[in-house]
Amino acid sequence: MNFNNVSKRIEKIKFALLSPDEIRKMSQVRVITPDTYDDDGYPIERGLMDLHMGVIEPGLKCATCGGKVDECPGHFGHIELAMPVVHIGFIKEIKTMLDSSCKACGRVKLTDEEVNTYRKTINNMSFESDDPEIIDLSLKKIIEIAVQRTICPHCSAESPKVILDKPTTFREGGIKITPKEIRERLERIPDNDLLFFGLNVSSARPGWMILTALPVPPIDVRPSITLETGERSEDDLTHKLVDIIRISQRLRESRDNGSPQLIIEDLWDLLQYHTTTYFDNQTAGIPPARHRSGRALKTLVQRLKGKEGRFRANLSGKRVNFSSRSVISPEPFLSMNEVGIPEIAARELTVPVLVNSFNVDKMREWIKRGSTPRTPAGKYLAGINYLIRPDGRRIKITDQNAEINSDRVDIGWTVERQMTEGDIVLFNRQPSLHRMSMMAHTVRVLPGLTFRFNLSDCTPYNADFDGDEMNLHVIQSEESRAEARIIMKVQEQILSPRFGGPIIGAIHDHITSLFLLTHNNPLYTEGETLHIISYIDVNKLPEPEIKDNKKYYHGRDIFSLILPEGLNAKFKSHLCSGSRGKCEYEDTIEDSYVVINNGKLIHGTIDDESVGPFSGVIVDKIFRKFGPEAASKFVDNVTRLAVGFLSYRGFSTGIKDYDIPRDAISRIEEISNETLEKINKLVDAFRSGQLQQLPGRSIEDTLEVEILSETGSVRDESGKIASSYLGLNDPSVIMARSGARAKMLNIAEVAGMVGQQSVRGGRLNRGYANRTLSHFKENDLSAYARGFIKSSYRSGLNPTEYFFHSIGGREGLVDIAVRTSRSGYMQRRLINAFEDLKVDDERRVQDTVGSMVQFKYGEDGIDPTRSDEGETVDVDYVAYDEFGD
Amino acid sequence: MSKFNVLEHEIVPEHHLVPLDEEMSVLKKLNVTRDNLPKISINDPAIKALEEIHGKLEPGRIIKIIRKSPTAGYYEYYRVIVKSVI
Ligand SMILES: [Mg+2]
Ligand SMILES: [Zn+2]
Ligand SMILES: [Zn+2]
Repeated sequence: MNFNNVSKRIEKIKFALLSPDEIRKMSQVRVITPDTYDDDGYPIERGLMDLHMGVIEPGLKCATCGGKVDECPGHFGHIELAMPVVHIGFIKEIKTMLDSSCKACGRVKLTDEEVNTYRKTINNMSFESDDPEIIDLSLKKIIEIAVQRTICPHCSAESPKVILDKPTTFREGGIKITPKEIRERLERIPDNDLLFFGLNVSSARPGWMILTALPVPPIDVRPSITLETGERSEDDLTHKLVDIIRISQRLRESRDNGSPQLIIEDLWDLLQYHTTTYFDNQTAGIPPARHRSGRALKTLVQRLKGKEGRFRANLSGKRVNFSSRSVISPEPFLSMNEVGIPEIAARELTVPVLVNSFNVDKMREWIKRGSTPRTPAGKYLAGINYLIRPDGRRIKITDQNAEINSDRVDIGWTVERQMTEGDIVLFNRQPSLHRMSMMAHTVRVLPGLTFRFNLSDCTPYNADFDGDEMNLHVIQSEESRAEARIIMKVQEQILSPRFGGPIIGAIHDHITSLFLLTHNNPLYTEGETLHIISYIDVNKLPEPEIKDNKKYYHGRDIFSLILPEGLNAKFKSHLCSGSRGKCEYEDTIEDSYVVINNGKLIHGTIDDESVGPFSGVIVDKIFRKFGPEAASKFVDNVTRLAVGFLSYRGFSTGIKDYDIPRDAISRIEEISNETLEKINKLVDAFRSGQLQQLPGRSIEDTLEVEILSETGSVRDESGKIASSYLGLNDPSVIMARSGARAKMLNIAEVAGMVGQQSVRGGRLNRGYANRTLSHFKENDLSAYARGFIKSSYRSGLNPTEYFFHSIGGREGLVDIAVRTSRSGYMQRRLINAFEDLKVDDERRVQDTVGSMVQFKYGEDGIDPTRSDEGETVDVDYVAYDEFGD
Repeated sequence: MSKFNVLEHEIVPEHHLVPLDEEMSVLKKLNVTRDNLPKISINDPAIKALEEIHGKLEPGRIIKIIRKSPTAGYYEYYRVIVKSVI
């Protein structure tokens, strides 16, 4: 036990103002020279790098404490400012004090009566335990009375209004009040009146808000760095302090030798500018101080504030070891529980293995192999990077010392072993918006340089492969490895706590593939079937159908191979989701439902509804009945079966998917002309005042609503015409109908017409004066002039249409940009509020102190992950599973 | 103008004062100490409305709130009156 680092609990923190005396008292040196080092590189005495403020160079000793580089904590120095300046952090406080106190006698402008009553209220409040916000509010109310009063109730003097000329200049009746005068005024406020500002006289006098002395932070806070060229580069704070000292010096000289007032004032303002930017270089109203290179200086506030600031980057956020980051790419032959990692990463990342009597021989063997072992065939083998002796010393294993160290290692040592297949790691993609953003995978070491995983994991991570990168963390302790395996593994995350359904499932072409395999139950020859089945992990063939002495196999029977025995389900496929009675896309009425009986697909088509993420009825049922292992095996097999079948069958899409007959095109042309005519009529009716006003709308709104409904219906109508010619033999339609990708609406836009473009839900109307583009007459309300696109994507848009389309598209982009930043900040606040809430055995939700949040988690005590899309149990399914229809 | 009672408003859940002699059994049922209960300010309009019925309420009294819950139908919640909510 180390008793030098006994941890203590902070009971309270008291904030006060630093008085000039305290600044001088804690200062080890008064800095008077704006220079840093002399020509020999030795710190100049009484300069900004004076040795009294600490040492950063090895070999030198601190002039204050005598400590060497690692021993001296650094010490403060100080600068005596030639003239006082305002502290930018207290501008608001200074303003209210000037506003509420009398210029002549210094009293707060409250009558004796008010002083007595309010003093009582304030004395009744506890500054230690009451809500600071409430204290603040009541104080503000009192002070406001004094601010509003122009005549002093004590000496009857009139105080003119004080105006703050941002950021730091105070004016009274147009005349500037110098910081010196401000300080005098603030100091004139009697101690008894300071209570009303919430000030405790013993620790904060108002005059201290005006700076006369400035603390110089220890050198350790603003170290200088030596560049490769041997050139010294100073910290931004040092740069700023140089400015302050230089100007202060000049100001002192000018004042002492009686320079003209104008010059003194200019220098004083400059000193104010430098001290202000020393505190906050993003003060509104003044240009930020810059380097010669043009880069804005990072001063005190900038060190603390924002994402890159001390709080969020260094205190709330930490960097970790044993992690790596790489581009991701897909690998359908990996299980959803696996992750492929490149050899270069596997050799760098290590797992600590404590040597014990059971593994000591094996470890000696491993160490002997060195740090880059391979099988004779050249395959990757885990090597050893480091040995850690029981005393904590590390030994790096090289091919030269492997032999010797193999003999030295003994029980109690730790061996840092490289990654090997089967190790468990955490895999993460940012933004980590839900718990499935970080899941545990088992390792496969693969050639190449990217991380690889099964495509069904794309949905929980929200990943694609257009250059996305992901992070991987190697778990270092036995306990956390066990936790990761039991609760973080991908298969344990198949059901989402967000909606109680599967979030993992087949995507895109995998859905297309199973759709084609099962729709109308096609037949495949024995050869074809064997080829397809060779991709999946089964060792039996389905029942064949014999035709002309040849064996044929049904698509649905092939799919049934990957269903677990005992699975029952009946549901509507995505394809038939809208239909009542017989589904129009299926040949028989039975196929309107997907029917699975004891692990055999009897009727219906497999598509998004069966295996897709978010819906995935089959994945859901398997998970609930057979558990995570079976569900993950099913999804793995879906991936491989889908890839196997689709790569055999072939599937492609192209512009010809959207070819519709000439008839259809002219029919669409016709209805769009009719609509244009109707809109013209509506506009005419509007102009002649004949338009029937809708209840609750202005006449202009009525016109817009009517037109929007016309343009909407003509788009739908043309979509219907177009899709009536595009059946299920059309690849694009297959993708849309099976839920693999895109909607029928998108197809209608390509083949039929794009339709009305909108900004904020209305037709386009801004741009030039009273018109969207100079191509139209002013106040033209017709369809074309307001963003109607009658062309299809396939036929191409004319220039004005293209422009309108870009306007509509831009809104979407801006929306996304705005939404992500806003919801990101909301998410951050929620996470910070909830991060250490805990559900106990009694399902009560408490915080770390034991304060109760909910007496029953979620008010019903139900884990949404295990609920059936939010409902406790799906009684209908349980009955169906037990007794059938 | 007649005084408006917030407790009669559609979206304000039912607030009830837990009688003194039932307080111990409520705390026992919830398995929680009084200072770990969720809090409600003495200045809360609902407390003001309850004071119309029960007379002045002191900090430390327990309030039972019955509210509609999308998951559980109705849900009983308890709060302890405090001088100010921190
Ligand atoms: Mg991407
Ligand atoms: Zn020192
Ligand atoms: Zn006065």
